[in-house]
Amino acid sequence: MNTPAKPQDPKAAFTGSDAVVACLKHQGVEVIFGMTGGAIMPLYDAIFRDGSIQHVIVGHEQGAAHMAEGYARATGKVGVVMTTSGPGATNLVTGLADAFMDSTPMVAITGQVTSNLLGNDAFQEADMRGITMPITKHNYQISSVDELPEVLAEAFFVALSGRPGPVLIDLPKDVMTAPCDHLLAAPSAPSGYQPHYRGNPLQIGRALKVLAQAKQPVILAGGGVITAGAHEELRELAQVTGIPVANTLMGLGSFPADNDLFLGMPGMHGTGYANLALHHADVILCVGTRLVDRVTGKLDSFAPKAQFIHIDVDASEIGKNLPCLVPIVGDARSVLADLARGAAEWATKPDISEWLSQIEAWKNCYPMVYADKPPAIAPQAVVELLGRILPQETIVVTGVGQHQMYTAQFYPFKEPRTFITSGGLGTMGYGLPAAVGAKIGAPDKEVVLIDGDGSFLMTIQELATAVRYKVGLVVLILNNNFLGMVRQWQEMFLDKRQAETDLQPPPYARVAQAFGGMGRQVMTVDELEPAIAWARQQAAEKHLPVVLDVAVEREALVLPMVPPGGANADFIPCPGQKREE
Amino acid sequence: MENFSPISVLVRNEPGVLSRVSGLFARRGFNIYSLAVGETDDPKVSRISVVVAGEAPIIDQVVKQLRRLVSVIMVSDLTGRPRVERGLLLMKVNAPHDKRGELMQLAQIFRARVDHVDNQSLILEVTGNREKLEAFIDILRPHGIQEMARTGQIAMARSQGPMADYWNDVAAGYDPDQDGTYNISRAAERLAQEIEEQD
Repeated sequence: MNTPAKPQDPKAAFTGSDAVVACLKHQGVEVIFGMTGGAIMPLYDAIFRDGSIQHVIVGHEQGAAHMAEGYARATGKVGVVMTTSGPGATNLVTGLADAFMDSTPMVAITGQVTSNLLGNDAFQEADMRGITMPITKHNYQISSVDELPEVLAEAFFVALSGRPGPVLIDLPKDVMTAPCDHLLAAPSAPSGYQPHYRGNPLQIGRALKVLAQAKQPVILAGGGVITAGAHEELRELAQVTGIPVANTLMGLGSFPADNDLFLGMPGMHGTGYANLALHHADVILCVGTRLVDRVTGKLDSFAPKAQFIHIDVDASEIGKNLPCLVPIVGDARSVLADLARGAAEWATKPDISEWLSQIEAWKNCYPMVYADKPPAIAPQAVVELLGRILPQETIVVTGVGQHQMYTAQFYPFKEPRTFITSGGLGTMGYGLPAAVGAKIGAPDKEVVLIDGDGSFLMTIQELATAVRYKVGLVVLILNNNFLGMVRQWQEMFLDKRQAETDLQPPPYARVAQAFGGMGRQVMTVDELEPAIAWARQQAAEKHLPVVLDVAVEREALVLPMVPPGGANADFIPCPGQKREE
Repeated sequence: MENFSPISVLVRNEPGVLSRVSGLFARRGFNIYSLAVGETDDPKVSRISVVVAGEAPIIDQVVKQLRRLVSVIMVSDLTGRPRVERGLLLMKVNAPHDKRGELMQLAQIFRARVDHVDNQSLILEVTGNREKLEAFIDILRPHGIQEMARTGQIAMARSQGPMADYWNDVAAGYDPDQDGTYNISRAAERLAQEIEEQD
């Protein structure tokens, strides 16, 4: 770690860089993920001189962005990223787009060439404001030190408030070195940007009326519930009304998986009973969800009988994909609390017992099962095993692909912020850096990364970061030597033609050792549980990344599955089950 | 039903703001019929007047997506609202000697000004709402249009009367008032009425 040096000359001028550092400290920033370079050097120098903010050097800037995401998801705070201009900045694009899709609060500070060279195609110049306009909540290019305090305060406010998202500040090098004698500006809301928190009481009244009359209601809760910290309120509402709850991928953890009212995840790889419940529902209360295509399947045939109540802090999500009977713009926590309070005053609780027994029948008809083909290890069995042995506050991180869906389907999430995954953008390579960021943000919690052999390779250089900063985490690779999800589609929809999906990944256990971490290959079911116990112990004691390279059944399929473009009710069920209406 | 909606967007007058707004339209596949930008009486604030083609659900999304932009201060949808709407059109039209009189007559009907005249052509200048300008083009087209240039349509609601209030609140209460606070009380009253009527 850095050994901060005192300023050589105490009379040295206070510069734009020092102002940025002061602003970051004012915002309570404790850690920055990044990589230095020509155009950001003055700011790095100021951080080094100041010495109170931890900096994590990454292997690649994309890793920094995902680390900031993992940090933000685990803590609820803003993740901060810093890179140089040009390639350093463009390498953030994937992470920014990912954070934008999943509404993750992030502030990225990118160096820029000096103002007099802007627009001149100078060395390492890239138009970051232009490039990131569609993938940030807002972005800035600073033209003078005078703007710094206000812009930084606004950037953090915008990143974290309302529907959170990434904000980028592009900082020309001459601004960093310019003398600056300003005090910190008070955080001020930009005019016009006014996140709306309380739900309209009359709309809430209407929603309660609709819910009270519903015969077959379902609550569909997404990531917004976790962002808003509304999990208690969600549980309260479900308990008061007795309405069953489905969680989208991003919403997993907001409702306990072992609760009788839990339906699991709906959609393309959702449970049969969640999809059937939504299909037959007469009222669906959506909260903090975008109703994206992976959730709805074919829109025309999604929940054909349902009327929608939709709660979102971002008005543009309401009515975007489906017409909505009762729109409620507001913070999920406040609105769900209002609804639960209202429902508690119902004179008679609506009788939905018939509906609940119907759902019970679906649960019995389409339980979540998988094909076990010993001696091969079923990937789902590994996830189930982890679900049994890991404490419930463990943070589980994934990459993107089959392993991600197995985790969503078979890991019993019970607490919010325990599942960190790339939902909207589906970024392979998200897992390792996000896990590192999560562990740095929540050092007291155990962090387990469940990854795929394809995903893991994409950002494998961050093993070096984990070793350098003593980040103890378990990396469990469900290794099928395939880009498994694509192979699954090839098997099901392309006559099994395996175009470029057969991988020959390197020996990950040895790679981890070479990086200075630890690793072990797991080939049989019997080795699995002892290996996991060993890895957890090593990670906790030695503060190192411990990789378990688990050879799993190569051609396992993620089921149930709704064929792309198909209707959710027409899902392909788990092995051994027949779809019948 | 009107398929063109004039939408008035107050934005911070800062570099790149037009690109933010036009980029949003391109990205989300909204169709711009016309666009005009200019400073307001406050040099820190610009007004972007945009006419969007689309049915009500599209316009609803346009308004909501615009409101998401941090640079946007206020969005008013002027569809169906009493308003003054103007665009400016310059047209160079074929005008041989024997047609000049007829053209001048047409110009007069549309209150167009003649900005230039020579032996072959006239340049006409006309202002008006979209319908008027379209009609003008239709009438002049048979004479042979050599060149044409148009500004975007700009629009302003006619008053702060009851209709203006209604449209400010119609988005179920989350429309910011001019002082930046949310005035949900009027919207709430209206919703209460609506619910009573439904029951």
